[in-house]
Amino acid sequence: MWRFAGRRALAAVLVLFAISVMVFLIFFATPGADPAARIAGRNASQETLAQVRASFGFDKPMYMQYGLMMRHLFIDRDLTSFVNRGSQVIPQITQAIPVTLSLVIGAAVIWMVLGIIMGVAATAGRGTAVDPIIMVFGVIGVSLPVYWLGEVVNLITQSRLHDSWFAWVPPLGYAPLSDGVGTWALHLVLPWMTLAVLYAGIYARVLRSEMVGAMNEDYVRMARAKGIGEGRVLIRHALRTSLIVIVSLFGLDFGALIGGAALLTEVVFGLQGVGKLTYDSLQNFDLPVILGCVLYAAFFVVVANFIVDLAYAWLDPRVRHV
Amino acid sequence: MTASSPAEPNAPILLEARDVVKHFPIRTAQGRQQVRAVDGVSLKVRTGETLGLVGESGCGKSTFGRCLVKLIDPTSGSVLFDGEDITHMSRRELRSRRTGFQMIFQDPYASLNPRRRAAATVEEPMRTHGMGTDQEIRARAIHLLQTVGFDESYANRYPHEFSGGQRQRLGIARALALSPRLLIADEPVSALDVSIQAQVLNLLADLQEEQKLTYVFIAHDLAVVHHIADRIGVMYLGELVELGGSTEVYNNPRHPYTEALLSAIPVIDTDTEVRERIVLTGDLPNPIDKPSGCAFSPRCRYAQDICRVEKPLLQIQLDGREVACHFPVATGAK
Amino acid sequence: MSEPLLEVRNLRVSFRTRTGTVTAVDGISFTVDPGEVVGLVGESGSGKSVSMLTVLRLIDNPNCVIEGEVLFKGNDLLTMSDADLRSIRGREIAMIFQDPMTALTPVYTAGWHISEQIRAHEKVSKKAANDRAIQLLTSVGIPNAESRVNSYPHEFSGGMRQRVVIAMALSCNPSLLIADEPTTALDVTIQAQILELLRDLQSEFGASIVLITHDMGVVSQMANRVMVMYGGRLVEAGSRLDVMREPAHPYTWGLMGSIPPTDGTRAVRLAAIPGAPISPSDSDRDRCLFAPRCTFATDSCRPQPGLIEHRPGHSDACIIPFSERAQRRTEALAPMRART
Repeated sequence: MWRFAGRRALAAVLVLFAISVMVFLIFFATPGADPAARIAGRNASQETLAQVRASFGFDKPMYMQYGLMMRHLFIDRDLTSFVNRGSQVIPQITQAIPVTLSLVIGAAVIWMVLGIIMGVAATAGRGTAVDPIIMVFGVIGVSLPVYWLGEVVNLITQSRLHDSWFAWVPPLGYAPLSDGVGTWALHLVLPWMTLAVLYAGIYARVLRSEMVGAMNEDYVRMARAKGIGEGRVLIRHALRTSLIVIVSLFGLDFGALIGGAALLTEVVFGLQGVGKLTYDSLQNFDLPVILGCVLYAAFFVVVANFIVDLAYAWLDPRVRHV
Repeated sequence: MTASSPAEPNAPILLEARDVVKHFPIRTAQGRQQVRAVDGVSLKVRTGETLGLVGESGCGKSTFGRCLVKLIDPTSGSVLFDGEDITHMSRRELRSRRTGFQMIFQDPYASLNPRRRAAATVEEPMRTHGMGTDQEIRARAIHLLQTVGFDESYANRYPHEFSGGQRQRLGIARALALSPRLLIADEPVSALDVSIQAQVLNLLADLQEEQKLTYVFIAHDLAVVHHIADRIGVMYLGELVELGGSTEVYNNPRHPYTEALLSAIPVIDTDTEVRERIVLTGDLPNPIDKPSGCAFSPRCRYAQDICRVEKPLLQIQLDGREVACHFPVATGAK
Repeated sequence: MSEPLLEVRNLRVSFRTRTGTVTAVDGISFTVDPGEVVGLVGESGSGKSVSMLTVLRLIDNPNCVIEGEVLFKGNDLLTMSDADLRSIRGREIAMIFQDPMTALTPVYTAGWHISEQIRAHEKVSKKAANDRAIQLLTSVGIPNAESRVNSYPHEFSGGMRQRVVIAMALSCNPSLLIADEPTTALDVTIQAQILELLRDLQSEFGASIVLITHDMGVVSQMANRVMVMYGGRLVEAGSRLDVMREPAHPYTWGLMGSIPPTDGTRAVRLAAIPGAPISPSDSDRDRCLFAPRCTFATDSCRPQPGLIEHRPGHSDACIIPFSERAQRRTEALAPMRART
């Protein structure tokens, strides 16, 4: 297990390095374009251009340029946005990261719990009305667009019923954990729910089909023949083996959301997360911020996948020796 | 029905394998390694005879069978069909020779196109090789279907409408389409029910007699191989350990592995006492990490020190049997 | 005569399908005595597996209709409450399935599987259950049981995995073991090992065994009594020696004739049974179901002949007068003459 974790960690580091090189090549070494001009932004003055050239060492060889970029990003952490006249990039990103992490992790917990409960309940209720009812709810969840659902939630909780039922709902926006866990959670509970509805539906459906398959496996019949109760057969045998699929799905979704795919939810609920930051910088063609966002997103995606790999190996002993 | 006569001892050699080796590279936790699926097998098949190849899973018999018809390329060694080396032939050269040898597989369903009707299945190889007009090909397909026991009403059915045994017969009809001289049958009956298995074995025997076919019959069931084959080759971990006449090998095994394999067959026992049997201990070793010396030595009850060090070669014994063993079981020991 | 351990009375299992009713088991009755090994022989679709799955109510198809009685130590398993049935499953009646590759949940160790079964039926600590698992693994011939108890299913070979399944089945000292084709997925030499193990364990633990198989050879090496099934019905039942030496039903002759002789002679052709096994969806059931494939079939094969005991302990369902059987059997097996 430790060997496996070590190998995976090494692989993760290599992937990160490869991504950084690729990002560097795309941003700085695309032929036929002056990277300095792009970093300096539209209509930049000659002084700015000269400053950029010096700071990124565009007169030096490639590997030096790469090293300088990494230094700006990770060591000096002084990458500056020229579009926004001197605002530092790294603080922007480090401010956005906790927002996105809070949003996605909270939603992930909710959708995993909901999805697993729904999937198990539907499997247990095969042949009764329970199964199709749960699955219909799942489909509804999948088909509600986040921006629409979010706006409806806002309409109800911030406006129509704000003075009666939803007086407890704080105004849109993010409250850091330092304001207290209660405040933090209160600000996020509706975004969490909104984001989780979609994924809970998908996960419930995937889990159900996996579990129904598992229930027809020989080992489930064997477990029954051993005199194991139906509940234990369902949870310890069918669910346990089906979780393997759910976890690999989770790795993909979680990584993507952290990396900025939660944009719609962030916009609707006024959260200044990584998605929003990337979106804004794309609008302004603010290259240093895009660069930073892409690399930080890549970092979190790779870390999320590393954790999922470990979970995978813990869940499925067959993987450990690969 | 008379016995399909065993091949004349001096009938011409139709197929010859010379030191055929097939290694599959794989990656394991220990790095790159070789699965030594076939580890130097040489044998000759004479026209009109049936050579049975028997062994347990992982002994390389199927891989060897595929090497024989060049479905896979051997790592080294060569295969001669009718005196010509087919191992190093180009695709085009091979194509014209392919009509001479055909293969039948264990799972006929997997090797039949589910969207193609029975007659079309049989016609396909004839069309690919341009063997006559459409009418001629259709007529021959119907004839072949009849040969394996289907009347014309079956011609337009799809594979899923056939039972397991019928599919295997359809597979045989397709293999016969190009009038091959040699059929390599890889576990053709092991997926079938006992009563259907007997039907297919009978069909193969009848076809051999009518069409003077030569068979290489690969199976794990020594009783079935003994029934159909004139000569038996026993394989263990990619090597041929014993080769000889069917009756002789069956009644008087000389290699300790053959002896154990025979003893393991669940014979229908009509005695009051259940007979004592040689039960091999341990599992089949891994073809990645073969034991040193004789590959069978860790499970052999006769093994001595030399067996673990020096690998015995396949040698012709006084009675004409070929055995790869330092201490062959004595003649008449059974 | 002691009271039978298991008594199946007129068991009928059918499935409702879109195209009509499929009869998998068609009114079979038999008993299993304590300490006895009964072989249940038949080809695929003969209903041999379904009938024994029904005994433990392991068929969870909502379209399955089960009629009849299955008395275990006098109690009907078919009408018993789920809780009572669970206390019998695994403790009184254990089961072994054909494919050891899929019978164990891939994510748990061998020891976990055995402990789970012990702890489902007995109040023992995890430690005690694990110790018993090690003992059991040793007794089924798994070397280094102390460390192998922590191995996962994929780390065992097929034969070793079947040993783990057997250890698990025996963990609560069941009085009846149902083994459904326990060696079919294994190599011949491994099959011999497992059969020997089952024989040894049977004489040691004294459990009754119902051995489901398609292989006459396996049955003849294991069973005291043999039952032959065809089309969901019993067509012949008797002691091992009676059935093996003087099989009475034409289907049994066909089965025997289909197997290449193992006495060292080589047959010219096998006395194969023509045609294909009867389909369970065949609705024309008031006749001998084997008649369409039987060389001796006459008009009298309709209605369905009953299972008649022609001599003590040996019964069959065929209309051929018992006195003519020996003659007919010789005719049936005639094509099997040895090669010259």
